[in-house]
Amino acid sequence: MNEFSFEDAGVKVGLEIHQQLSTNKKLFCNCTPIESDEYTKKFQRKLRAVKSELGEFDPAALFEKSKSKTITYYANSQSCCLVEEDEEPPHKLDKDAKNLALIIASALKSNIFSEIYPMRKTVIDGSNTTGFQRTMLVSQGGFIEVEGEKIGVQSICLEEDAAKLIGDKGSVREYSLDRLGVPLVEIALEPVEGKPLQIKKIALSLGKLLRTTKKVSRGIGSIRQDVNVSVKDGGAVVEVKGVQQLDQLEKIVEFEAKRQHGLVKIAEKLKNSKFEKATKDSVLEITDDWKDCKSKIIQKALKDNSIIKALKIPNFAGMFGYSPYEGIRLGKDIGQLVKFYGIGGVFHSDELPNYGIEEKDIEIVKDLLKINENDAFLIIAAPAVKIDLAIESIINRINSAIKGVPAETRLATPNADTVFLRPRPGASRMYPETDVPPIIVTKKELEVAESNIPKSWDESLKELQEKYNLNFQLAEQVFDSPYIDLFEKISSKTQNNPTFVASILCSSITNLERNGLNSMLLTNEEIEKTFEYLQDGKITKEAIEMIFENIMAGNSNSLDGH
Amino acid sequence: MSEHIGYRGTSLEFLKSNDLAVGDSVKITSDLTYSGIIMPRYEHQDDKHIVLKLNSGYNIGLDLDKISKVEKLPSTEKIRNAEKKIKENPSLPNILLLSTGGTIASKVDYRTGAVTPILTAEELNSSVPELSKMANIDTEVLLSEYSENIMPDHWLQIANKLVEFAKSKYSGIIIAHGTDTMHYTSSFLSFALAGYPIPIVLVGSQRSSDRASSDAALNLIGATRFLVECKTNGVYVAMHHDESDETISCHYGTRVRKNHTSKRSAFETIGDNPAYLIIDDKIQKNAKGNYFKINQFTPKVNLDTKVALVKYYPGYRADLLEKIIDMDYRAIIFEGTGLGHIGKILYGNVKKAHEKGIFLGMTSQCIDGRVGMTVYESGRDLLNLGIVPLENMIPEVALVKAMWVLGNSDDSEEIKKMMLENISSELSK
Repeated sequence: MNEFSFEDAGVKVGLEIHQQLSTNKKLFCNCTPIESDEYTKKFQRKLRAVKSELGEFDPAALFEKSKSKTITYYANSQSCCLVEEDEEPPHKLDKDAKNLALIIASALKSNIFSEIYPMRKTVIDGSNTTGFQRTMLVSQGGFIEVEGEKIGVQSICLEEDAAKLIGDKGSVREYSLDRLGVPLVEIALEPVEGKPLQIKKIALSLGKLLRTTKKVSRGIGSIRQDVNVSVKDGGAVVEVKGVQQLDQLEKIVEFEAKRQHGLVKIAEKLKNSKFEKATKDSVLEITDDWKDCKSKIIQKALKDNSIIKALKIPNFAGMFGYSPYEGIRLGKDIGQLVKFYGIGGVFHSDELPNYGIEEKDIEIVKDLLKINENDAFLIIAAPAVKIDLAIESIINRINSAIKGVPAETRLATPNADTVFLRPRPGASRMYPETDVPPIIVTKKELEVAESNIPKSWDESLKELQEKYNLNFQLAEQVFDSPYIDLFEKISSKTQNNPTFVASILCSSITNLERNGLNSMLLTNEEIEKTFEYLQDGKITKEAIEMIFENIMAGNSNSLDGH
Repeated sequence: MSEHIGYRGTSLEFLKSNDLAVGDSVKITSDLTYSGIIMPRYEHQDDKHIVLKLNSGYNIGLDLDKISKVEKLPSTEKIRNAEKKIKENPSLPNILLLSTGGTIASKVDYRTGAVTPILTAEELNSSVPELSKMANIDTEVLLSEYSENIMPDHWLQIANKLVEFAKSKYSGIIIAHGTDTMHYTSSFLSFALAGYPIPIVLVGSQRSSDRASSDAALNLIGATRFLVECKTNGVYVAMHHDESDETISCHYGTRVRKNHTSKRSAFETIGDNPAYLIIDDKIQKNAKGNYFKINQFTPKVNLDTKVALVKYYPGYRADLLEKIIDMDYRAIIFEGTGLGHIGKILYGNVKKAHEKGIFLGMTSQCIDGRVGMTVYESGRDLLNLGIVPLENMIPEVALVKAMWVLGNSDDSEEIKKMMLENISSELSK
């Protein structure tokens, strides 16, 4: 087995950042984005794949449709109206979100289109009640400077966030509508060659740039990054979704690059073999032939009335188990693929006999399918409705192995692996949003955006430090907290020492939060009033933390209660 | 012109001079270089941009002034799959799906950018494959109109078409129709085709069938299920019961109204439960008695549109009513306040209209409930002036019924008698 080398593999990584905007309003209605676990309404839907504007089906949509799930939505009247329920057409595009997107695009020197077309991006996993995500391409091109190097921007989109998945059991999937429709800016960067560490630096810089606008959301889930990974001669770009933390990013990129380079090596080996292709003609049902098989998995499948089928792949012997890098095998990829049809896995010839499947069972298959020593085979057990779809996608996967890396969307796991999620959607997933007219960007709006480009992170910090005489660490802490505006207001309005104010806002409140108290209960008005009382000598410095503790614990909702 | 849909003035000139048409693949150099397909432009937009669909699928508008170079690329011809012909199953009942247009049969329109009716009934049928398991469905496109453009002449056209199928292999008929005026059409068919031997169901959708969340599919499935299993006749409207894709309500065609602008469950039976509920493969019956109050099917496909629907409101001016009278209208249906009232200010005109032989009917703008014109003095005054209370008939239904009655009679006594006779469950206890 080889050692994986980044340089040899020619890894390219493109970052895609999704940042929630904190405009306090959803993109196409007046609802307030509030996350809650109390719901007052529940309804059910089924989504269907529909053809695109160009008359084609999107491959990702067809894949989701094949799983045919019922979707239950939970809604809360504060964060959700008829628009989220897809019971009313969208209202006008929120102006604040539009302007902020223009500012961000200007800050990245991106070319803004003077006519922007809201589109429907087909997503029928249920995460959008409409069956699509509203999205619009705002600009293309531009760059961000990271340690003196210019990293290109591919595109900037303004779009709606999706509903939050809260359950997925059997044929029912459950979503909460709180988050649906919250404005997001999606920034896709040009792929760069380099080590994962550099990717992390780029992500951090972009995150900082967005936060200097002071109008983006913070906290868990408010910024999400996808990475597009490709390797030299790999053939396709793979999109990896669900990278929760930046620290995870490095490991995920490394795994995915290694996997892809492994697939390239598998492809090379296949090219030098006699393998041509797998076809549906060499699939045979063996349910009856295997009824005496002692494997527990097979016996359970038989009990559940599943069907067992075998597939012969000519001149493919050894290819399922061939492992160019540790843990990278085609057999494993295919096992993950069928999991998305709700099928436990497959057995392939390179791992048998095993799992209770004996030599005599294998002989049965070899006899029936006339398999010789150069051929491989694969066994799958699944319910009748799913089995043919699953086999079809396995055949496609095997046949695409000779081309290297298939274009797909993968999901990052908590172990920093990636697993198959769905085929990569194509242009046919886009359809014009007929409910919203095209958005015009005027010269005036561009000028306003241009003049509102925030100062850089470093400049902003320097300014803050000088103005309030803060040390660097505290300045950065307060600048990157949700309290920056409040801090400036209190420090300029009252005689309180800014360093004291900043440390209360950053350390004290955070400490109380860590102890399980709720900072949402503590309003900006109460904080402001507390510092006024302190200035007027009505309370002591020491009392502040106690007052906040009481309010954040829910014991009292106002300072005046003390 | 269709190869330059929506383009005009400068942008049209630009396309022509570069030998470009909608659908061409191009590479355009502006601030950056963009590759994509030229898309149609909406008519109400300016003539200074061209619309491009990028390879990513996004559409963008490019400013003509900034374009420095255009290059036409070889087009990639796409082969479209022909719609699959569904094999007839002799053991299943036959249903006719008649399409008249509306959201249920719409997709994007490049003239305005909004949705417009163009999908054919065949496409509709093939996009809901569940239908072929319940029935053999034949399709026919009769009209392709949004419901606001459906006129009384179209009602005649639909009704006459249906007369042809009264005795046929079909055990039921689905009419795909825009929702806005669906209950006017269902009312007319109820009167003109009273006694029609097989059930007729009008189906619409509140979300166009080009989106994954469309209600069209389940509405069609519910309507088909109803036709196949209900074993009754009548004219119905089948739509979502609530916001879930679960239950379909099947309403009496003369007791139903669109009561919400956008919800899936916009249609409601006024003053009662829907006649039938279709939940998966189960049908729950709430209706009592027969829909048609006559048994013999004798089509009377006639109408006269000289009927006015007058909604009374504080400030309604007598000269407006006077104008209607002078224009030789033959009937006026009032949408009165509360139990069926209009202000004293109109008494003189009402008297004149009555003397002129105009039929005067009273319904209520409360929509739900019965008019009661003997409770207050003003009601009694109006009765004396010749106004006929129309029980709990829905105002729009009374309007359509009056058009139909006038088309079939000239005799004022007979007109009054027909208006008050319960023909197709338009009146209920």
